[in-house]
Amino acid sequence: MDTQIFSILLEDGIASGAIYALLALTMVLVFATTRILFVSQGEFVTFSGLSFASFQLGIAPQIVWLLAVLALVVTALEVVSALRLGQGKRVPWLVAIHLALPLAVVGACLWLAPLKPPVLVQAALSVALVTALGPAVYRLAFEPVANASVRTLFVIAIALHFILQGFGLLFFGAEGYRVDPLIDLDVSLGATVLKGQAMLVLATLAVLTAALYVFFEYTLLGKALRATAINRIGARIVGIKTPLAGRIAFTMSAFIGAIAGILAVGSTTLYYDSGFLIGLKAVLGAICGAMLSYPLAIAGAIGVGILETFSAFWVSAYTEAVVFSALIPVLLWLSLYAMPSEEGQEL
Amino acid sequence: MSVRALIVAAALLLIGPWLLPPFYITLANYVGLASIVVLGLVLLGGAGGLMSFGQAAFVGIGAYTTAYLSIAYNLSPWLSLFVGLAVTGGAALLLGALTLRLTGHYLPIGTLGWSVSIYYVFANIEALGKHDGLSDIPPLTAFGFSLQSSNAFFYLIWIVALLALVSINNILDSRFGRAVRSGGRTTPMAEALGVNTARVSMTIFIYCALLASVSGWLYAHFMRFVNPTPFGLGTSIEYFFMAVIGGATSAWGAIVGAGFYIIGKQWLQTLIPAFTGRVGQYDVIVFGLIVIAILHYARQGLVPSLALLLPRKAGGRVAHHVVGSAEPLAHRDKPQPGTKLLQIDRMEKRFGGLAAVNGVSFDIQAGEIMALIGPNGAGKTTMFNLITGVIPKTAGRISFAGHSLDGLGSRQVMERGITRTFQHALLRPHMSVLENVALGAHTRGRSGLIAAALRLERKEEARLLAEAKKQLERVGLGDQFDAAADSLPLGKQRLIEIARALASDPLLLLLDEPAAGLRYEEKVALAKLLDNLRTEGMTLLLVEHDMDFVMNLVDRVVVMDFGEKIAEGKPDEIQTNPKVIEAYLGSVDECSPLKHAV
Repeated sequence: MDTQIFSILLEDGIASGAIYALLALTMVLVFATTRILFVSQGEFVTFSGLSFASFQLGIAPQIVWLLAVLALVVTALEVVSALRLGQGKRVPWLVAIHLALPLAVVGACLWLAPLKPPVLVQAALSVALVTALGPAVYRLAFEPVANASVRTLFVIAIALHFILQGFGLLFFGAEGYRVDPLIDLDVSLGATVLKGQAMLVLATLAVLTAALYVFFEYTLLGKALRATAINRIGARIVGIKTPLAGRIAFTMSAFIGAIAGILAVGSTTLYYDSGFLIGLKAVLGAICGAMLSYPLAIAGAIGVGILETFSAFWVSAYTEAVVFSALIPVLLWLSLYAMPSEEGQEL
Repeated sequence: MSVRALIVAAALLLIGPWLLPPFYITLANYVGLASIVVLGLVLLGGAGGLMSFGQAAFVGIGAYTTAYLSIAYNLSPWLSLFVGLAVTGGAALLLGALTLRLTGHYLPIGTLGWSVSIYYVFANIEALGKHDGLSDIPPLTAFGFSLQSSNAFFYLIWIVALLALVSINNILDSRFGRAVRSGGRTTPMAEALGVNTARVSMTIFIYCALLASVSGWLYAHFMRFVNPTPFGLGTSIEYFFMAVIGGATSAWGAIVGAGFYIIGKQWLQTLIPAFTGRVGQYDVIVFGLIVIAILHYARQGLVPSLALLLPRKAGGRVAHHVVGSAEPLAHRDKPQPGTKLLQIDRMEKRFGGLAAVNGVSFDIQAGEIMALIGPNGAGKTTMFNLITGVIPKTAGRISFAGHSLDGLGSRQVMERGITRTFQHALLRPHMSVLENVALGAHTRGRSGLIAAALRLERKEEARLLAEAKKQLERVGLGDQFDAAADSLPLGKQRLIEIARALASDPLLLLLDEPAAGLRYEEKVALAKLLDNLRTEGMTLLLVEHDMDFVMNLVDRVVVMDFGEKIAEGKPDEIQTNPKVIEAYLGSVDECSPLKHAV
């Protein structure tokens, strides 16, 4: 292997690793605030990427109907529970946030898609669509059992993967899609060529990381989320609404997943079932940071991307086998520091 | 499990092929094949608390081994069954050694990892036909008959499935099964009672892998074709969902779950295209929703949740085994009263900069009751954890009956004759009171998984249960064998813990706040019990806050404050010791609070 191939592989590895890193960030964020190992986050990536591809063809993605139905169900549940608590005054607000907002997104998608708006508008619509799915998914699948064990929540996340992947097939079909990169610009730096798309992915990672840092360090909401992560019961006692924390975490997870989807579909072909392995690789990265540390999660995810690219070069058929086997030594290392705790619950 | 249910099941199987149309016989075969795997998950996950998303890989190892050997080498399938078991066992040993150490949610992620890896290995090995797989696998023959028909396979598959069911039920209802259900590495209790949790986990992991391997062998010769698809992560998750739906704590749940899933999937795959005009795997949406609904509304799964609706029979799963005539278990000889039993020399434990225990030394003599008292945060429970090896010490020496305990883990300390109770009674909530206490007698039996599966350990089991019953009667809970342990009030749970500790036949008994939560009469009875134990030659060390209880019972007292020993002596000396009074009240006062303690 000469240095040129090496640098090309490294660049590709870092670029795909950066997409995993985006997801790993939210994986840590969601786990910290809700104790959910959200392996089905990869489905947000495929939903957004495939929606984006659909907009490019001038067709509104059918997934809008999923959002519309979920919004109706969530609104019905929220309104009923508000009325039961005698909080009738909150109903207009609930309808606005849980129904009107998602339906506005649905309407915008249906209206704008045939008009073939500029690419950035298409991307924004895809991101808005998927972002709106995030809190609805949390509200329906996780919020009623928010205090269940980590394992139960994990099983629900896997069941959710089944459901979302099934909807992916239903709404996008079995065909794979790939779109032109958002930036088709290559910069030559001596022997190496820096691909515009790769730079864009890295820039997005940097911006979102910085934004998350500011959010958690300098905003009250961010601090409330951190408090929830450190101690759920304590956070509730001081008046932080933990269900709200979960919904915010899932909104952020869907938002960042959707952005990752827009970036991913510009550099690789996405299928309805690509999400799970992407999500699992992000989990791998997040685990390198013990599901706690954001910097280590980013480093781990980029490491996964590099390992993947290099093993695809050397033993292409065994790429996934190599990547997922690499998980085990990392897990063993973590287990050395884990002490038996009282938390152990059976399923 | 009732024998009647089994007879009914066997009868149904016998006549099944005459009643079912051929299509449903084939479907029933798939249900049977899956049940064998899911039964393994009941033992592994439902009882042992180990989540595996990798069982399909073991099915694949069994299937590919027999497929390859019987095609490439013309090996008899009956021989390749055993080769497949050996290969699977080896793989399980390796993967278990790598992943069973993982705690909490890392274990299921680890199994996801190797499950994906093994799939890609199947799909890329030239000799295994890569993605196309292997076809023309020879059929099974037995006694000159060729087992080619779906009907013949129906009997074979379901005989294996029922044997697996019986074995799992037998295992769960045994000494080994109690160890499986003891909570393993998630609680310090299991090791403190002498359960080798690593070994128990490995044993059930291998047994479940072998069950999966048998299922794979049957599958290969039933289908006569294998390819990698049914051995991937998706199938592993489906097995797991079957366990969740049916109920992972019940062996019958495995069969119900497998049946529900496979028959339901078949229906959905016919119905969905009929209604929507689309072909594809949309059944996963429905099953995903069902699993979420189960976890929201009936987390135990179908069978246990439905069983709750039925009137519960008097007696229960264990009580009928207890026979009064069982030969009592052998017990240890008690040391000569007055000899030094436990010697603690300059014990030290630091957590970072905090010295939780700092240079504490004392001896305990055989046949005495010693109390360890001190204000909250004095380091008493840490001291208990150091003595019993639950946490490692920073410095100091400790010896018991003349032998050093330095560097021993809690199981090894327990095996030398020191048993403890925990401040927050650590009972297994899903086990009956009697089973919880019998867990204490774990080290007094020997039988393992195979003896349990084949019911070769009934004599020993009767002796263990008789011992548990005896200890329960001794602490005054003789009428509560069958209650679920977590249904009793905290005070009684503490008594169960004491009975469980006694069932291990200790020389030294460590009790962490035994009187907390007891009513006055119960405290009097407990004091009498501990006094009787002392008369019988037992040595006791207790941590306790109830000063009346302590001062009227014990022979000597050690007082700790801020990790250091501040006094040692007879109760009346301690009650007037100015240092002790200062530790409790903050200043010396004319009137000692300890004399008139609540």
